[in-house]
Amino acid sequence: MIRMDVGDAENVALALGGDQDAFRVLVERHSRTLFRLAHRMTGNEQDAEEVVQEAMLRAYRRLDKFEARSNFGTWLYRIAVNCSLDLMRKRRPEKTQRQLAKGDESEMQDPLDTAISNEPGPDRLALSGELGEQVRVAMLALSPVERTAFVMRHFEGNSIEEIGETLGLGAGATKNSVFRAVQKLRQHLGPLVGQS
Amino acid sequence: MKYTGGHLNEEQLLDYRYGDLAEAKATVEEHLHQCANCRASYESLESVLAMVEALPVADPGPHFEARMWNKIAPKLQRPRFDWSALTAWMSPKRLIAFGTVAALIVVAFFAGRISLKQNNVTPAAPQVADNANANAPGQVRERILLVAVGDHLDRAQSVLLEISNAEPGSKQNSEVDISAQQERAQEMLVSNRFYRQTAEHSGDNAVASVLDELEPVLLEIAHSPSKVSSSELEELQRGIESRGLMLKIRVLDSTVRNKEKPTTQHSATRGS
Repeated sequence: MIRMDVGDAENVALALGGDQDAFRVLVERHSRTLFRLAHRMTGNEQDAEEVVQEAMLRAYRRLDKFEARSNFGTWLYRIAVNCSLDLMRKRRPEKTQRQLAKGDESEMQDPLDTAISNEPGPDRLALSGELGEQVRVAMLALSPVERTAFVMRHFEGNSIEEIGETLGLGAGATKNSVFRAVQKLRQHLGPLVGQS
Repeated sequence: MKYTGGHLNEEQLLDYRYGDLAEAKATVEEHLHQCANCRASYESLESVLAMVEALPVADPGPHFEARMWNKIAPKLQRPRFDWSALTAWMSPKRLIAFGTVAALIVVAFFAGRISLKQNNVTPAAPQVADNANANAPGQVRERILLVAVGDHLDRAQSVLLEISNAEPGSKQNSEVDISAQQERAQEMLVSNRFYRQTAEHSGDNAVASVLDELEPVLLEIAHSPSKVSSSELEELQRGIESRGLMLKIRVLDSTVRNKEKPTTQHSATRGS
């Protein structure tokens, strides 16, 4: 029996007791939100799906560590941020960084970029092709911590304290990561302003 | 960052954009209204952020939730060994760390053999047992790890001490350059994680716990600006002080060094 009408905390308690249907409700309730976050951070759909899957599995393994008085969505969100960070670190070989920094033509052949540039789909037509590609490249040029801090700040509207807590950084370092991210984006995209 | 009037730097513009200058909002708006340069800079910032914002988020499709559950459910029922996690864990930096430890073990092994030959030791039965104990791979590895952890703690102490004792300069130039400490903290992060995980696996909770507390501090130093303001420096210093980290590291360092001693003394006795 699916318990869509039951709150997260109750479903967590049921899942801890071995009720997998209860965990299924949690997965179905939160997957889409996590996907959006992961897509912003990783820049492609396949990686975003991988992040959601890994975050849900990590959450399941650590369910006993979840404190009932906390918000399950927030707890899950933090796990997903850390999964995205891990994946970005894994996917960001030095080669890609060098290519992105150089703006080398061959960078488009990198698996990371190929995954992003493939299958344009209707959702990617909002920004005109070339410009959209520039924005994606600029986002990929950010370090994983910078990208995470920026996404959490700009798209998710998290405070510096919340971001710092998730990343394990103090306020100064967190703020600096957001600032560096925005500076890099301005360097890459500033010259294109007016062309959009 | 506070705003007390005048031209806005990039950091202040960003603070204003994200609502962190709420108390000075009216002053900032008035300045932006009057100053064409600051207004142009702010508009350029807004345009860049708008371009990033326009990047669409993919739609995972109508059956995404069901698809996700179908992927997750089998893994909940039957936990299997996750090779992808192992592959991910074995990053080049970790492999280098492993390689270093392995090389040290090999060097220690051959050094022991050469030393025995040079001393023309013909061990009697009890001594053979003694040697076997002293050179058991587990003990050699433990000894090398103790030495490595001891050195790591020394380096950590030195970085934390330098940060704790740093003082901002004159009022005009109150920034402190911590780039050297930052570089060392960055280097130490990988080895810190490696030693912590090793300690966790071997059940050495005291070492694991202190290294676990050290990690966020190293992370914070590594990600701070290379020149920090006096308030940022104070924040770093408070982070170190509030955890009582210096004392914990000193105590652990001394414990680790003491653990090293008996084996060293033991070897010396055997050699004479």
